[in-house]
Amino acid sequence: MPMQSQSAVTEIAFVFFFAADIISTVEFNHTGELLATGDKGGRVVIFQREQESKNQPHRRGEYNVYSTFQSHEPEFDYLKSLEIEEKINKIRWLPQQNAAYFLLSTNDKTVKLWKVSERDKRPEGYNLKDEDGRLRDPSTITTLRVPVLRHMDLMVEATPRRVFANAHTYHINSISVNSDYETYMSADDLRINLWNFEITNQSFNIVDIKPANMEELTEVITAAEFHPHHCNTFVYSSSKGTIRLCDMRASALCDRHSKFFEEPEDPSNRSFFSEIISSISDVKFSHSGRYIMTRDYLTVKVWDLNMENRPIETYQVHDYLRSKLCSLYENDCIFDKFECVWNGSDSVIMTGSYNNFFRMFDRNTKRDVTLEASRENSKPRAILKPRKVCVGGKRRKDEISVDSLDFSKKILHTSWHPSENIIAVAATNNLYIFQDKVN
Amino acid sequence: MEEEEGLHQLQLLDTMFVRGLKRKCFDGEEDIEGTLAGFKALPSYNLQRQSLLDMYLVKLQLCHMLVEPNLCRSVLIANTVRQIQEEMTQDGTWQMISTQSTGQTSLDRLVSTDILCRSSKEQVEGKLVQGYSSFPKDFEDTQSQESSEILSTVTSGQAPRSLQSNMWEIENPQENRGNFQKSLDQIFETLENKTPDSVEDLFSEVDNSYYDLDTVLTVMMGNTKMGHCDVLETFPSQAPTNSNSNCKSDLNELDHIVEILVES
Repeated sequence: MPMQSQSAVTEIAFVFFFAADIISTVEFNHTGELLATGDKGGRVVIFQREQESKNQPHRRGEYNVYSTFQSHEPEFDYLKSLEIEEKINKIRWLPQQNAAYFLLSTNDKTVKLWKVSERDKRPEGYNLKDEDGRLRDPSTITTLRVPVLRHMDLMVEATPRRVFANAHTYHINSISVNSDYETYMSADDLRINLWNFEITNQSFNIVDIKPANMEELTEVITAAEFHPHHCNTFVYSSSKGTIRLCDMRASALCDRHSKFFEEPEDPSNRSFFSEIISSISDVKFSHSGRYIMTRDYLTVKVWDLNMENRPIETYQVHDYLRSKLCSLYENDCIFDKFECVWNGSDSVIMTGSYNNFFRMFDRNTKRDVTLEASRENSKPRAILKPRKVCVGGKRRKDEISVDSLDFSKKILHTSWHPSENIIAVAATNNLYIFQDKVN
Repeated sequence: MEEEEGLHQLQLLDTMFVRGLKRKCFDGEEDIEGTLAGFKALPSYNLQRQSLLDMYLVKLQLCHMLVEPNLCRSVLIANTVRQIQEEMTQDGTWQMISTQSTGQTSLDRLVSTDILCRSSKEQVEGKLVQGYSSFPKDFEDTQSQESSEILSTVTSGQAPRSLQSNMWEIENPQENRGNFQKSLDQIFETLENKTPDSVEDLFSEVDNSYYDLDTVLTVMMGNTKMGHCDVLETFPSQAPTNSNSNCKSDLNELDHIVEILVES
């Protein structure tokens, strides 16, 4: 499929808006036909793309609500006296194998496998039951009927197929479906577990960085993902800004990594916030499997799997915040976990920022753009205007000064359509869908 | 007014920070270490470091109060405190502080991630059933008592000697099974009805007010001779009065809940 990465960076139009609870995750499925969001209230909302039609090209890229269901409920762990939030931390789709769709959703402790399927027919004319489903009096049954399937309004059902519980002591931050489609992993702050989709009562612990003495704990796992093609390989990132690549063929417990990606610290940039801002909040393999992208507080980095000592590309997301770290620490924003995504051809990367801004970086042209997800500023089909943050000196017209950025409006979660330039951006409780300009 | 002043101080801190970085960049090309050492000797650097340390300690202490803290956040803060501690040990300022009032052990305890992670470790063993109920007491205690006391008690793995936690011990299952059951029900009811909201409220307030480091910074900037332990002790008694009354009212609400819990 031809990619239009150029236009993705320069001309993006607003197409869709949806208000919900605070959105905590967004994910396109493997075809891009569906888009799932998870929210703070434990709900999953699935959107389906409008069918393309020749006479209505303007409806291209529009998504409508397809199914909504309550994935997780708030729970109380009486044994530990802990409240377990229902908030959906991550959603991952399984590759589609039949008419039904499957997805994994997780909160802090429990992963669930959901089946989402359509029903537009129902059987009618049972012999032993009447139309309302009540059993008929046998004495009234005098003839035999052949039941028939009749059309009805399309119904989308979501049913929980598996519940993978009780395997995580800490908070689950990542789930990742393996390329063998039979297993997946779930990672919490200190451990990573490997599951088979069919087995809910046991999982294999493949990484455990919990020290025997918790007083010695200085590092936590922040994100983990399987390689898109090699089912034996996965990476996980840490709060120390490092990435470990592990090979499950080496040993059952991947305590020893195969590769260790770390950039030497620049002494001139050292400050008391160095460690906090170098903590990695997200790690993503490129679709090709050749690169990994990591997001820390101020930058996005692209690493070549074949080079461990430094990233091949570093992009500044909002370097103007470097002088604001103290305030950002004070208001706790410095601990925000921004995610990052690749476009379908791995040529553009996207990540979020504050003030409902999100950034795109074209890896080939080295051009970058700051866009704003805002309902006020975006008319349907209008091209988004690039935004600029003024750093020192005189503020020009249309520029926004660093001091007037709204740190409560942040874009943490985004998703990119697997093959087209359609992006989904979650801005607190609003979902925006943008796409490249329709020609 | 005071908030504005605090904000100003914070901005000052920000600019100091940038200035520091720039200095390092300008002459740092040939001899980064030398410049760094010279820079570290500046009083403003020490002041800044001290303020940051205080800020970190306040946040760290709040981490300890949570039943299940965000581990990543706690670890990052603890590491940074360790880093500052190390640096201060090297130039001798740390000893000065630690001998001043609470003693080094308590600070070490504070930095210890063990406390941060107690929820997962000890609660499995059922030791921290008092979770919610002990929290408000801890919160209160920090204001009046020396923080070291609570912290060391908590770390030692024994139940804190606070009133609420004793409730679980006082209730003798053999003698009072009926009462116990009843009180349990009441507790759960209370927890269900009140605690989630009020605790959340408290923390949303805490985020803005108790943590409101503008106040701390103002206090510290005004009185640089004060050790940070002192600051930690003075700060809570001042913060609620000048910056936030909501916090106070939430505390009262919590007190109320605690009363219910205790009486039941």
